[in-house]
Amino acid sequence: MNALDFSLILLVSSLAAGLLGALSGLGGGVVIVPLLTILFHVDIHYAIGASLVSVIATSSGAAAAYVREGFSNIRVGMFLEIATTLGALVGAWLTTRVPTHAIGIIFGLVLLYSAYTALKQHQDIITQRPDPLAMRLRLKGTLPTGPDTHEDYVAQRVPAGFSLMSLAGILSGLLGIGSGAVKVIAMDQAMRLPFKVSTTTSNFMIGVTAAASAGLYLRSGYLAPALAMPVMLGVLVGSLIGSRLLVRVHVRTLKIVFAVIIVVLGIEMIVSSLRGAL
Amino acid sequence: MLRTGVMLAAAIVLFGGILYLAHSHGPRPDYSHFNGEPVHLIAFSGIMHGVAALNPESIIMLGLLVLIATPVARVGMCIVGFLFERDHLYTAVSTIVLLILLYSLFFHK
Repeated sequence: MNALDFSLILLVSSLAAGLLGALSGLGGGVVIVPLLTILFHVDIHYAIGASLVSVIATSSGAAAAYVREGFSNIRVGMFLEIATTLGALVGAWLTTRVPTHAIGIIFGLVLLYSAYTALKQHQDIITQRPDPLAMRLRLKGTLPTGPDTHEDYVAQRVPAGFSLMSLAGILSGLLGIGSGAVKVIAMDQAMRLPFKVSTTTSNFMIGVTAAASAGLYLRSGYLAPALAMPVMLGVLVGSLIGSRLLVRVHVRTLKIVFAVIIVVLGIEMIVSSLRGAL
Repeated sequence: MLRTGVMLAAAIVLFGGILYLAHSHGPRPDYSHFNGEPVHLIAFSGIMHGVAALNPESIIMLGLLVLIATPVARVGMCIVGFLFERDHLYTAVSTIVLLILLYSLFFHK
């Protein structure tokens, strides 16, 4: 196969990944690595590099919209980014040390877990209890809940949230994913922030976290230009189209479809790793 | 502002990509074994030399660098924003994040 055909195939598959990711809200980045390693037999390090690049592209593209809506909390995001970026450095370092089949198994498990959390129903537990640490760090805000109404919130259990964010960062650096799911859990479950705040803040944090490990990846030679090029462009275009179409689709159905795909890929990653075929 | 950064990066990558495909011949590269990219595509000086020579892969790498720089610039803007609001705590917090990002890009290896 020559470079043109290969690039075109990658472009189209990445576009599909980005499209489905944006429509289901789960992010296309998470399927890039399985796609590249299982279908195209790309070494996992190159795959992770390409995936991380597409994560930065799509999240930075979408992030601007979220901040404008007034839901995301920049201070919360920035404070937690200390945890995620440090975690990302650790994760990127780990990726150079951990054997490929172990990365594959961890990746598969993360995929299965993402599918599970994507489908779980959710309930906001908003609290205004003035958690002392949160108050000192000003991790609080107001969520517009209607044309004239709003709801105040204060973050809770800051150390737990911080630790979970470090884990999100490590996974992002190790696997080349956005770790949006873990970030949302940290803010939503651990820190009791309103769901809309958690999801939008997570979205704008993802790009920064990915940039932290991307620098290391580039210096370690993990970014193959001819591979990253069609993947980045494909996922970017796919997710832009997807976010345009978002109003017209039934998100729940797509979430289920995407979750099924992720489960299949997750199992495949684990099986391939155990067989040493990754 | 984030969006312009991404679009600029994408334009550079696209330009490099078109050049790359126009000049490629023979079978596509084998990515099944990891060898690490050559030094001229990893070091900034190497990349800039390549760009000056219109080397397609170097141009793509430049685009990727711009892409990675975009969230970094965003953090930089937050620092300025917090400074204007005289929010010293968060000026410090965002500066820490920026330093971590710069470490990853410049001081590793």
